[in-house]
Amino acid sequence: MVKFLPLKQAVAENLNSGDSVAFEGFTHLIPTAAAHEAIRQGFRDLTLIRMTPDLIYDQMIGMGMAKKIVFSYVGNPGVGLLRRARDAIENGFPRSIEVEEHSHAGMANAYEAGAAGLPCAVFRGYRGAGLADVNSNIKSVTCPFTGEVLAAVPSIRPDVTFIHAQKADKKGNVLVEGIIGIQKEAVLAAKRAVVTVEEVVDDFDDLHPNLTVLPRWTIAAISVVPGGSHPSYAHGYYARDNAAYLEWDEIAADRGKFQAWMQANVIEKDAGDFAARVEHLRKAA
Amino acid sequence: MSGLGFTPNEMMTIAASRALKNDDVCFVGIGAPSAACNVARLTHAPDITLIYESGTIGTAPDVLPLSIGDGELCETAVTTVAVPEMFRYWLQGGRISIGFLGAAQLDRFGNINTTVIGDYFHPKTRLPGGGGAPEIATSSKEIYITMAQSKRGMVEKIDFFTSFGHGEGGDHRKRLGIDTAGPTLLITDLAIWKPDLVSKEFTVVSLHPGVTRQQVQETCGWVVRFAEALDETPAPSELELKTLRDLQARTRVAHEGTGKGKAA
Repeated sequence: MVKFLPLKQAVAENLNSGDSVAFEGFTHLIPTAAAHEAIRQGFRDLTLIRMTPDLIYDQMIGMGMAKKIVFSYVGNPGVGLLRRARDAIENGFPRSIEVEEHSHAGMANAYEAGAAGLPCAVFRGYRGAGLADVNSNIKSVTCPFTGEVLAAVPSIRPDVTFIHAQKADKKGNVLVEGIIGIQKEAVLAAKRAVVTVEEVVDDFDDLHPNLTVLPRWTIAAISVVPGGSHPSYAHGYYARDNAAYLEWDEIAADRGKFQAWMQANVIEKDAGDFAARVEHLRKAA
Repeated sequence: MSGLGFTPNEMMTIAASRALKNDDVCFVGIGAPSAACNVARLTHAPDITLIYESGTIGTAPDVLPLSIGDGELCETAVTTVAVPEMFRYWLQGGRISIGFLGAAQLDRFGNINTTVIGDYFHPKTRLPGGGGAPEIATSSKEIYITMAQSKRGMVEKIDFFTSFGHGEGGDHRKRLGIDTAGPTLLITDLAIWKPDLVSKEFTVVSLHPGVTRQQVQETCGWVVRFAEALDETPAPSELELKTLRDLQARTRVAHEGTGKGKAA
């Protein structure tokens, strides 16, 4: 049954070195505070799964926490490259990492299959695409009814998924709104799920009946972390900090600058620091 | 070309916007395609359906999004769906008329590389990768591509097939069981290109105002074919230029206006 916990404890109770873990959020609702807590606790040898690794995996890879990444777009959206991830892939710094690369369609289907309890996902994809030649997890099946050859990828079943969401009610049910991305599938596909939320409200009685709500019994732990998605955003609460994404390009370009930034902004900080980071973005949301 | 009153990049975006129709359902790539699609929406195609892979369907942003998942896209959309639904029902389901892509590397058959420069397992440069592009390229009814010309970008042989265009040309798509048309239009900062009906090699059909054949060749890594009857692309109209420049000005203010975040 779901527990409301301080983020530090929620991460410590649910993540272990060596785990396969998804910190999801498709541009929106990226669980940055949870990722930073994981960085502070110093986990190692993680298999990091995320459609768009974004800044949080650039940071975790740069800190040497990943032994493998599973992804479909390893860029800084709208800005360019993820420079710590590049350094790891191109130069093995700070350690070499294994890469399993898919398309968005492949990852989305694989999460959905994971949530559905299926061993694999079947879809029309990867035709003529080079990824099928370099990723041995991209295979094909023949439709038994039509003979059409379709792509197959293994389902994604993380040990633990972290997401950020707008709110929980007092019982621990969780509401996700806006660009819902892959949040629901990533939670249902995982063995354990941890959710950070902007706030807790008394109940969800007034909500529209078709909203995306994750029932409390699908979640292991909830932590209240206002601003916990920054520099990503929480629809209805604060806007995406596009300036911070632009700035990250410079910070991550240099190994020393990156380390100094991580020390000052992650290692020496805690979850309580996120609320202040989104203050100037609130009116824009 | 400064004497013309517009830049090559503006000409590219505007020429690309003109290719879109009011009834198109367009899957929008970020960057140059996004600008072109929104200029189309703000000029001759007000009812065009713009779809971004974050799940936003029928979006009408006031500023260009930095990412494919900016809040603006969701707030102005007809509906926002989950990412698996986006790729399964809407793209794979055959509901997209135009997939609009950019490219880091492109070959003469419209094959695109945005994955690596060099060998995949020992890359010289690791690029972001395909994202939605591999399936956009094969499930959209047609593909438009837009990119600025350079010898580094338009190459004889791409390093990696991120998304499949016409392969080695001819009926290669068909042979792989791909039944959509693939790349039918390439708009660069210098010219408009269309594939040859049989070989599928991109052929220049229209030069932008003031552009010479030589300039097109000098910025392209393969031997360029020109159509026998070569058109000149109409220069941007005042309305088109104003629409694009206003959009870009609003966008600049919006992205810088979020202020400096203390942490990322």
